Amino acid sequence: MVKRENERIPVSQQAHVVDKPKDLTNIGGTVSVQINEKKITVPLGTTILEACQLNQIHIPTLCHHPDLCIAGVCRVCVVEVEKMRTLQTACSFPIMSPIKIKTSTEMVRKARRHIIDLLLSEHYGECYSCFRNGNCELQNLAKEYGVDNYTFGHVQSPRYEVDNSSAAVVRDMNKCVLCKRCVRTCIDFQEVGVLEAIDRGHDTHVGTFLDKPLADVVCINCGQCINRCPTAALRANDPSDEIWTAIDDPKKHVVIQTAPSPRAAIGEEFGQEPGKSFTGELNTALRRIGFDRVFDTNFTADLTIMEEGTELLTRLKKALVDKDQSVKLPQFTSCSPGWVKYIEHFYPEYLDYLSTAKSPQQMFGALIKTFYAKEENIDPADIVTVALMPCAAKKFECNRPEMYDSGFKDVDYGLTTREMAKMIREAGIYLPEMPKSQFDDPFGDASGAGLIFGATGGVMEAALRTAYELITGREVPFENLIIEPCRGFEGVKQASVKLENCVEQYKFLEGVELKFVVAHGTANAKIVMEMLKNGELNDVHFVEVMACPGGCLGGGGQPIPTSAEIRKKRAEAIYEEEATLPIRKSHENTHVTYLYEKFLTDGPCGKLSHKLLHTHYVKRGKYIS
Amino acid sequence: MELEKIKKKMRSGPVLFSEYKLGEGVKKALQLGRENILFELKDSGLKGRGGAGFPTATKWMLSGASLSDKKFIVCNADEGEPGTFKDRVLLLEYPELVFEGMIIGGYTIGAKEGILYLRGEYEYILKSLEDFLEMLRKDKLLGNNILGNENFSFNITIRLGSGAYVCGEETALIESLEGYRGEPRNRPPYPVNTGYLGHPTVVNNVETLASVPHIILKGGEWFKKHGTDKSTGSKLFSVSGDCDKPGVYELPWGTSIAELLKVVEAKNTKAVQVGGASGICLPKSQFNRVLGYEDAATGGSIIVFNESRNMLKVLKNFMEFFVEESCGQCTPCRIGNIKLLEAIEKIENNDFTFSYINNLKELGRTMQLASKCGLGQSSPNSFISILENFKDEIFGLNGKGKNNG
Repeated sequence: MVKRENERIPVSQQAHVVDKPKDLTNIGGTVSVQINEKKITVPLGTTILEACQLNQIHIPTLCHHPDLCIAGVCRVCVVEVEKMRTLQTACSFPIMSPIKIKTSTEMVRKARRHIIDLLLSEHYGECYSCFRNGNCELQNLAKEYGVDNYTFGHVQSPRYEVDNSSAAVVRDMNKCVLCKRCVRTCIDFQEVGVLEAIDRGHDTHVGTFLDKPLADVVCINCGQCINRCPTAALRANDPSDEIWTAIDDPKKHVVIQTAPSPRAAIGEEFGQEPGKSFTGELNTALRRIGFDRVFDTNFTADLTIMEEGTELLTRLKKALVDKDQSVKLPQFTSCSPGWVKYIEHFYPEYLDYLSTAKSPQQMFGALIKTFYAKEENIDPADIVTVALMPCAAKKFECNRPEMYDSGFKDVDYGLTTREMAKMIREAGIYLPEMPKSQFDDPFGDASGAGLIFGATGGVMEAALRTAYELITGREVPFENLIIEPCRGFEGVKQASVKLENCVEQYKFLEGVELKFVVAHGTANAKIVMEMLKNGELNDVHFVEVMACPGGCLGGGGQPIPTSAEIRKKRAEAIYEEEATLPIRKSHENTHVTYLYEKFLTDGPCGKLSHKLLHTHYVKRGKYIS
Repeated sequence: MELEKIKKKMRSGPVLFSEYKLGEGVKKALQLGRENILFELKDSGLKGRGGAGFPTATKWMLSGASLSDKKFIVCNADEGEPGTFKDRVLLLEYPELVFEGMIIGGYTIGAKEGILYLRGEYEYILKSLEDFLEMLRKDKLLGNNILGNENFSFNITIRLGSGAYVCGEETALIESLEGYRGEPRNRPPYPVNTGYLGHPTVVNNVETLASVPHIILKGGEWFKKHGTDKSTGSKLFSVSGDCDKPGVYELPWGTSIAELLKVVEAKNTKAVQVGGASGICLPKSQFNRVLGYEDAATGGSIIVFNESRNMLKVLKNFMEFFVEESCGQCTPCRIGNIKLLEAIEKIENNDFTFSYINNLKELGRTMQLASKCGLGQSSPNSFISILENFKDEIFGLNGKGKNNG
């Protein structure tokens, strides 16, 4: 709907955005080049790197990332281009004329080796004591080029203090190779703009505004920078030691909830191809590690639909029937803590548009320490709740002071997919070989609607399935319940469904065209917010925003590496799993019905659910003290 | 003004410091038309005076050929190379040449706006330049419909740099103009296609632009008479260091270093650094080399060292400069320069092996080949040339060669 791809690219890189003709045989649209001994034809403007990748010629890279614009700063990808005085970076060189390229001459190999040696000389620490050991691009390069000594020395003491002020992201600039992927992620990809290179020459380092701690700046904790860091300079704030302690403590009742996205991606941590869910295997593994109960976050995702959906219907009624001008529409989803912090910082005047419903993680925490504790007769003080999330921002969210509604800290620890995989490995378990098992009662297996929360558009799809059926008494008019307009990776999606023949209770919605917008990644969220500001969303009713590209499956806590292709495969895994589930609508989840019958007796958005399942937000603003 | 007239009279030279009357260049250019300007320029063989030596006519032709409706001509007055001060002389004493060069350039490529990027430290010239621009506007040499030509309007603004050496690199200069960190861009795309704000932009050195009005007025043929086949015309040399008459000299290309030393009355000269910190250092045995793009190329900086100088200290000074001034963007330059400086310190402390020094010379070669911009590509020049040309002094005579073998 909104095309801004080109605008997001810094001016210096715009020339690389040559309109590539779709028809490659189009005369004038292609150019023939010779790479080593091979002659190939590529569309004009293809970079040398792209041309090589298409032809199975390996070029080492470090600052290059498929999600980000070109930087050309690490210089590892240099190649020889005939008639040019210096070596050229393959990642940045657009092929515009028939050139001859050599990718592995003595000059090239020597230069690459020198560059790797230089990077290693400044890279503090040793590989064996590094959490990225085995998944580090600098280490891979060193291996590829047979580095067996520090030709230009090795830094002996750290130059920078580690910044672990943030609940979500830890920065250790001693490991930084200044590829600036995090900078490009933060500025160009997410358009948050917390990180930038500071100082000059050898003093250059990636820093925040006035080098303030990350916790004190406008970081939204999305963790996308972590996913793109080639080394160990960025990591999530890891609580696994505390979790082990809780597990080892016989007095503690440790429960874990697992979100759908980690299940669709954790296999990657065990060498599996992206695109396969390990839900059942993970359940078994978690029990073997020592978690007392394993719950499905999708249960509270279903609950979120009930609460958020009811809230939307209430807002619609107030606006349409009561003509209440103070009602804020469209209603924005609030499941993504990165998005919530983004709007708190950048659009604080629009907080009333956010649904007050907590995220599924926090709803679950509050229920475990109240409803579940009562059902199982356990002192909530002895319960430790862990949440396996694809997300770095969830760590911040569970530490928010608003999140103590059960009388205790609702969720004790947020754990990322990467950290979970580490714990599983530490326990001596090889996940892909685990037998499958189910989730525990009283929350049981959730509906498919909750499962698809993991992909962008999922919340919207789940909400529509329920809302449409509540309003009209019929299933959504989409084949097999698949609401196509909600799916796919377009930055901002917009669609609508017409409400006809409504049931008595919702007659006031008769004939209303229910309009919705879905956005993922805060760069797209910014577009949506600007549309809202400009009055372009006046006739829209519901907006889903996820802070991370692709939705939760592309979250900042997910396995490294990430790319559009990997995110697509993870989405496929989620949608595939969903199609096989017996219940695919939130309101048909019997455990949810049971909860409303037994515990939240005054129904969705009732008094108790308001206490436990809803929250409020903070006007943070952009100004840093 | 009186003082300036006197100053001006003191200078004489074959091209830039020859007689010139305000406005004549622009007048002639408008009569000639675009094609003929480019012809004369091409015929003259004028190459970039900033040091890189790219043919000016080609640069103008490339951006002139672009269909873009918005183009820019930028005068690079970020004179930062240690030991050059010739642009300052041009801006102070011959601003008409510089500005008319920009106007002619704007006319030729089809730009309506010119920007003079003035070195931050030259802020004191700003006022006189602004005044001069005002005068040009009054004389109808600048502004709308220049000299009554309905199809040509051109304006010049002056912007100040903030003191970074790297901003003399044309793409870093453009980034700086746009308000970003002064970091060089990837090339290609070149500024002639994608420059300031994404529009075709010609970035020329002050001296290059100042040569243009003379070429237009007197013809490429006349310009070519000076200099050599490959280096046509004359060049301003900023001479400093151990000589009796330092200053700015206009000499034809092809002058040998020995001749230049005679002109500036240098005695007991041991070494000459040609091209500033990023240039090469020549020993006595090479003083017969000639200044020109084909032999000893320079953007104008000539630093003379006599017998009393310690060449290792000279080198250290240069390397400290580059460590300080590297933008820090690309690996070879950011870390490489530090490694070269460390090596100099090790030589000073007599704590080195020759294989280590050779490793670093190889690293210097990599920096020349793989750095992103001219800064990193040229910073090892002095390291390599001084260690090579003065190895007896550095490793032998001072007794520092004991690790040898």
